[in-house]
Amino acid sequence: MTEQTSAAAPGKLPAAPRALKATAGAVLSLVLTFLGLTAITFVIGRVMPADPVLAVVGDRASEEAYQRVFLEMGLDKPLYDQYLRYLGQILTGDFGASIMTTRPVTEDILRFFPATLELATLATLAGCLIGIPMGVWAAVNQGRWIDHAVRVLGLAGYSVPVFWLGMVGLLVFYGNLGWVAGPGRIDIYYDGVVDSVTGVILIDSALQGEWEIFWNAVSHLILPASVLGLYALAYIARMTRSFMLDQLGQEYILAARIKGASEFSVIWRHAFRNVLVQLITIIGLTYASLLEGSVLTETVFAWPGIGQYITTSLFNADMNAVLGGTVVVGICFVGINMLSDLLYKLADPRARA
Amino acid sequence: MNILGRRSLGRLATVGVAAAMLAGAAAGPLRAAPPADTFVMAKDISDIITLDPAEVFEFSGGEMIAQIYDRLMWFEPDNMSKLVCGVCESYEVSEDGKTITFAMREGMAFESGNPVTAEDVVYSLRRVVKLNKTPSFIVTQFGWTPENVDDLVRVEDGKAVVEITEEFSPALVLNALSAGVASIVDMKTVEEHATDGDMGYAWLKNNSAGSGPFKLQTWKANELVSMTANEDFRSGAPGVKRAIVRHVAEPAAQRLMIEKGDIDLARDLTPDMVAALEGDDSVKVQTDAKAALIYMAGNQDNEILGNPKVMEAIRYLVDYKGMADSFLKGQFKVHQAAWPEGMWAGYNETPYTLNVEKAKELLAEAGYPDGFEIEMDTLNQSPYPEIAQAVQATLSQAGIQVSITTAEGKTLWPMYRARKHSLILAQWSPDYTDPHSNLDAFAHNPDNSPEAKLTGVLAWRNAWMDEDMNAMVVEARNEKDVDTREQQYFDIQKKLQAEGPYAIMFQQTEQAVMRAEVEGFVSGPTFDLIYYRTVSK
Repeated sequence: MTEQTSAAAPGKLPAAPRALKATAGAVLSLVLTFLGLTAITFVIGRVMPADPVLAVVGDRASEEAYQRVFLEMGLDKPLYDQYLRYLGQILTGDFGASIMTTRPVTEDILRFFPATLELATLATLAGCLIGIPMGVWAAVNQGRWIDHAVRVLGLAGYSVPVFWLGMVGLLVFYGNLGWVAGPGRIDIYYDGVVDSVTGVILIDSALQGEWEIFWNAVSHLILPASVLGLYALAYIARMTRSFMLDQLGQEYILAARIKGASEFSVIWRHAFRNVLVQLITIIGLTYASLLEGSVLTETVFAWPGIGQYITTSLFNADMNAVLGGTVVVGICFVGINMLSDLLYKLADPRARA
Repeated sequence: MNILGRRSLGRLATVGVAAAMLAGAAAGPLRAAPPADTFVMAKDISDIITLDPAEVFEFSGGEMIAQIYDRLMWFEPDNMSKLVCGVCESYEVSEDGKTITFAMREGMAFESGNPVTAEDVVYSLRRVVKLNKTPSFIVTQFGWTPENVDDLVRVEDGKAVVEITEEFSPALVLNALSAGVASIVDMKTVEEHATDGDMGYAWLKNNSAGSGPFKLQTWKANELVSMTANEDFRSGAPGVKRAIVRHVAEPAAQRLMIEKGDIDLARDLTPDMVAALEGDDSVKVQTDAKAALIYMAGNQDNEILGNPKVMEAIRYLVDYKGMADSFLKGQFKVHQAAWPEGMWAGYNETPYTLNVEKAKELLAEAGYPDGFEIEMDTLNQSPYPEIAQAVQATLSQAGIQVSITTAEGKTLWPMYRARKHSLILAQWSPDYTDPHSNLDAFAHNPDNSPEAKLTGVLAWRNAWMDEDMNAMVVEARNEKDVDTREQQYFDIQKKLQAEGPYAIMFQQTEQAVMRAEVEGFVSGPTFDLIYYRTVSK
């Protein structure tokens, strides 16, 4: 019977080919996403009215200077030719040089992305740690004041403009109370003291034992992370509440209660386990959207992150930087989605079938 | 209903306490005012794309290289109307006015320790011409080309000799040699970092090789520019040991930082923010006249705007004073000529005021008694949309209906350079401190054909050419007598004011807000006449 137990069920592939097929599917999806992303960004960059040549030569340049740079940038070539050249270039890891910073885009991304990573990770963590219990609490107390309070908070967190919230936060906690440090990642006098290893100042300063700088970085991080965290919290709490309400109305919850399970067990072991599966996707999407860079938060807090980098580059028609940044953000997005799928399968046995 | 259970509550409490501790620690004694020997300024420096003096053509970049490099000619902070020697000790102009010989100062050194010599001066000027970047026109207008510059700019008997092929006034040449492109770079250091014969172009974009009052420590785009003092600067050590320009794009954030004392000086506060700080003894406001002009121009290819009476009517339909006294207060003052007040040959007459009746008469004479519809393009950042709306309101009083389109500069300029606009509201700043800089752009158009593509010339962009005006500009450019030349520029500006396709409206004033203890911040009319070396605390 060994033969029978190892064989696949009728109509299903054996485990190894199935895994292979799944991996091939994921790779194909990644490649197609990458191609689509680069193609669309490239075309948008080339058809938008902003002139990348003027970004280099300035608006007062003579026609001769303009034409020289126009040719140097290869803009006289057909669009498909330009795109294929660019594609060939980035496949070797070369995103070209940024007009704005004069440095290779890869170097810029390694400098700006960790700043956003630091901010988005803490914001998402704060959103999960506070938002999930809040959502559960609201669902269990549906219709009571606590439920209304959480819903109002969720609505406010989701609808209050981040820019305004950031300014008010700065005014109150930095300007008036002096509890936190102001704009920027660290006090400017500490710049260059810590060697960049990971690019994440909290980690680099801790690794090098620069605790004064570590706490200074925390002081700068706490407010922008809280502002972004409120957005994450609002969304996660709202969705958790909604998912929990759905689960708490299911028959298996009633069955668990009839069997005499404690309320804690009913909520956290039965209902929440099913909610967790859906929440993984929500948390992944929230994290990915924060990683895209919250341009407004980064602007208010003078936070040198990837969002501000891409936006400033776009306004300056610095298309190498825009394309490079977009590709990296896109890869992160796809990567987080794939990770969510993986976690989904770990959390839900049905998804593994 | 106990939904959390004791253990979970305990865990949450632990997390809460940890978070509170974290916040408490973060709120601890971590912030401090800038040290007494460090000058920290907040400014939007997102426009910096290079720090190579042969290429810098942006306001913030120009300001930075003015701290890092000494120049052949220069203005001292105590008298910014008098052009004096920079790295030169003296200069001598030949009788025909076409050759200027510069004797060098003794004892100057670059940050590398190499002495500053005539060879460095010649190398720096040749480098600008050979690299041929955008600002190179400031010196190539003298007839210098990559082919002839080695002959025309040379070293003779330890002196730097510059020869021009065009009939330019020596005063104009000397003024041009005080521009950023006349910054003197350390030839040996730059050549050590040259790759593939690029004259150090790739390296000098974000490194320095100068002999100015400061040395570049680091430039991080969209973050900061940090400089350390050159204690051996020829005029003496700067008042601070370190100067840091921090990129803070948001004016409200700058305001909070200056109020908290985290920075010494804020450059980009809005007028209402400055007004709100009145009465705060911890800060003070310094107002300086700048050379930037805001003007409206009409494309003369447009059938309606091509009528001179229409442009004249438009000049009478702007409420100059109303704007300057309200939303532009502290930022701009009324100025209606093409060369700013406070500069040599600045023309300060303001003949135009809002006069709707007069404008209606002119429109009737032009054949548009009921007005017309027209489009206006402008930049999308303050104060341009506000000015455009104010102009839209006053133009409508004479029946001119304006539809406004705002855009980023990188979108607006290609259209302007291609002569595809109707009315445009824009800004202009001089490239160097001679009136020829502006009047060559506003008034001189030697070839008005579309094929000429004189895209850097405002008169060409607006399809406006006046043969008499062209002759007047060339005559003033070449005039050697200073007083005669000054009168010629007054005449040009008066004629341009009355007949040109422009309504020049405002001259910029900048309000710098600084901590009360900051002394000696000098901010001159052009974007690179700003001195950090005089600052002390």
